[in-house]
Amino acid sequence: MTSPAPAVAAHDLTKRYPGGVTALDGLSLTVAAGTVVGLLGPNGAGKSTTVKILTTLARPDAGTAMVAGRDVLRHPDRVRRAIGVVAQKSGADPVATGRENLLLQGRLYGLRGAALAARTAELLARFDLTQAAGRPVRTYSGGMQRRLDVALGLMHRPQVLFLDEPTTGLDPQARTAMWEEIGRLAGEEGLTILLTTHYLEEADRLAERIAIVDRGRVVAEGTPADLKGELRGDAVHVELAQAPDPVTAGLLRAALGEFAGVRDTVVDGRRVSARADDGPATVPHVLAALERQGAAVASVTVARPSLDDVYLRYAGRRFHEADTAPAPLPAAAAGGAR
Amino acid sequence: MSAATAAPRPSAASIRSGVLGQTWYMTQRQLMAIARQPAYVVITLIQPVIWLFLFGSLFRKVVELPGFTASGTYLDYLVPGVVVMSAVSSTMWAGMGTLEEIERGTLNRFLVTPVSRAALMNANVVQQGITTAAQSALIVLIGRLGGAHYPGGVPGLLVLVAASVLLGTVFGACSNALGMLVRQRESIIGVNTFLLLPLTFLSSAFMAPALMPSWMRHAASANPVNWALVASRSAMTADPDWARVLGRGGALLALAAAAVWLSTRTFRAYQKAV
Repeated sequence: MTSPAPAVAAHDLTKRYPGGVTALDGLSLTVAAGTVVGLLGPNGAGKSTTVKILTTLARPDAGTAMVAGRDVLRHPDRVRRAIGVVAQKSGADPVATGRENLLLQGRLYGLRGAALAARTAELLARFDLTQAAGRPVRTYSGGMQRRLDVALGLMHRPQVLFLDEPTTGLDPQARTAMWEEIGRLAGEEGLTILLTTHYLEEADRLAERIAIVDRGRVVAEGTPADLKGELRGDAVHVELAQAPDPVTAGLLRAALGEFAGVRDTVVDGRRVSARADDGPATVPHVLAALERQGAAVASVTVARPSLDDVYLRYAGRRFHEADTAPAPLPAAAAGGAR
Repeated sequence: MSAATAAPRPSAASIRSGVLGQTWYMTQRQLMAIARQPAYVVITLIQPVIWLFLFGSLFRKVVELPGFTASGTYLDYLVPGVVVMSAVSSTMWAGMGTLEEIERGTLNRFLVTPVSRAALMNANVVQQGITTAAQSALIVLIGRLGGAHYPGGVPGLLVLVAASVLLGTVFGACSNALGMLVRQRESIIGVNTFLLLPLTFLSSAFMAPALMPSWMRHAASANPVNWALVASRSAMTADPDWARVLGRGGALLALAAAAVWLSTRTFRAYQKAV
C-alpha cells in the first residue's frame, strides 16, 4: 500500500473533565487512509472522547490531531466538511420523516436541487428505507434508525466516517445486518472508517486494525491476527468457587508460575487466567496446585487466544469486568452472565 | 448562479447566503416539529382562550371600580394581558426542547456538520418569534370574536405582537441558557412555575395599576412583562402616547438583545463542556 497521508493522525491527546476525571491520558493513534480501524475498549476507556475530539465536538487540553489532512484545532470547519459522524446517540429528528432528515442533512453541506434529491433517493434505497422514507423517524425500529444514522453520516460522501458504537442496543439480527452494511462500506473507494466498539467480536469481524484503549491511552495496536499471535499458546481460564483474598491470590499466582510453559498468570476476582504452551496437558497440574492452596474450582476452560485474552494481556484485567468496574476490584460474585 | 463551477466545494456565494439559508432550514425544522405535534398546538391555543373567558367573566365588573381608568370593557383590557402572558408561558419552556435535543444527540449531530453556529442559535430565536407572533395574532382574533374592541387599530395591534415577540425572545433565550447550563428538566420546571404567576400578577396584565398597592406598582415598573403591557396598551388606545411605547419597547429590545447574547455565551460554554 502506498497510502500518502494518514486519514487520522492523533498525537498525545489529553483531556480532563471538570471534577478531575481524566478521559484521555496521552492517546496517540494513526489510521491509514482507506482502512477500517477499530478502537476497542470498555465503557469509560476514552473512545468516545477521542471521537469527540477528532470530530471537532470537543477540544483536547493538550495534543494535536489531523483528520483528512486538516488540523482539528486550527481548521475545524474544514475537518467538518471531510468527515461523516454516526454518534452513539442517533440525533435524527424523531418527528421528521427519514427523507426530511436526509434532505436537511444534505442542505447543511450545501447540496441543493436535483443533486440533493438524487443523493437522498440513493441512500434511502441503499439502506432499505425507501418504503419507510415518508414515515416519522419515531416509528422506526432500532435497526432502521441506525441505518438512517449511517445514511445521514454518508450524505455528503465524507472521506472519513466515524462510527461510535454502531451496534450498541441493536438486537442480534439488526446487529448482523449492520455488520454486513459496514463491511460493504469498507469496500468503497477511499473511505476510511474509524469505529469504536466495546464488542470484541465486532472489532474482530469489522476492523483491519485494532487499537486497544484503556484508561485514556492506546495500550496495544495491530491487526486482530497480530494481536492474537503475540499471545503464544493456549489460554487457560479457571473459575474459582469464590474470589480469593489478596494473600491467597498471590500464593496462587506464585504456585502456577512454577510450572514450565505457564506464564502471564492473572488472578482477577474469581477468575484465574494463564497462558500455557500446551493447554490440555497443563490443566491437571494447575488444578492440583489450586487444590493445594485450598481454592475450590468451579470450572476450567482451555481456548485458543481471543481478543479478550489480548485485552487481558494489555490492560491487565478482563474485558467485561473493566466494562462494569473502573478498576479491577474483586467484584463480589455478581459474575457476568455474558 | 453556480453555473459551471466544477469544484465540489460550495462556492463563495453559497457560503455568503449560508448563514441566512441555514437559519431558515433550521427554523423550518423546528416549526415543522411544532406543527407535527397537534396536541401541543391545541393546548397552547386553548389555554389563552380559557384565560380570556375565565378571567373575562370572573373580573367583568372590575372595570366599574373607581380608579379603573381604562375605557371599554374588561375584555378590551384583558386581551393584551392574555397575549403577553401567553407569550411568556409558551416561550419559557424553550429550554426543555433544547435539553431534549442535547440528550437525543441532535445538537451534536449538527455541531459536527459545517452548519454555522450562528444559524443554530438564530433558528431558536426566529422560530420563537414566528410562533409567538402567530399565537398573539390568534388571541387577538379570538378576543375580537368574543367582542373585544381595539381602538388603536392595526398599529396598536402590531405593537402588541411586536412587544410579545420581544418578551418571548427574552424568556426563550433565558430558558435556553438555563437548559444548556443546568441540563436538568426539574430546574426549568421549578424556575418557570416559580416565575410565571408572580411575573404576571406583578404587572398590569389583569388589574389597572391605579388599583394596585403601591409596592406592587413599583415592582411592576421593573417587570419586563409590564413593559410589554404598558407599550402595547399605550399603542392600542385611540390616542397613543408614542413616547411611552418607544420607551418601554426600546427597553424590551435591549433586554432581548442581552438575553440572546447570554444564551449565545452559554452555547459556547456548552460546546466547551461536550
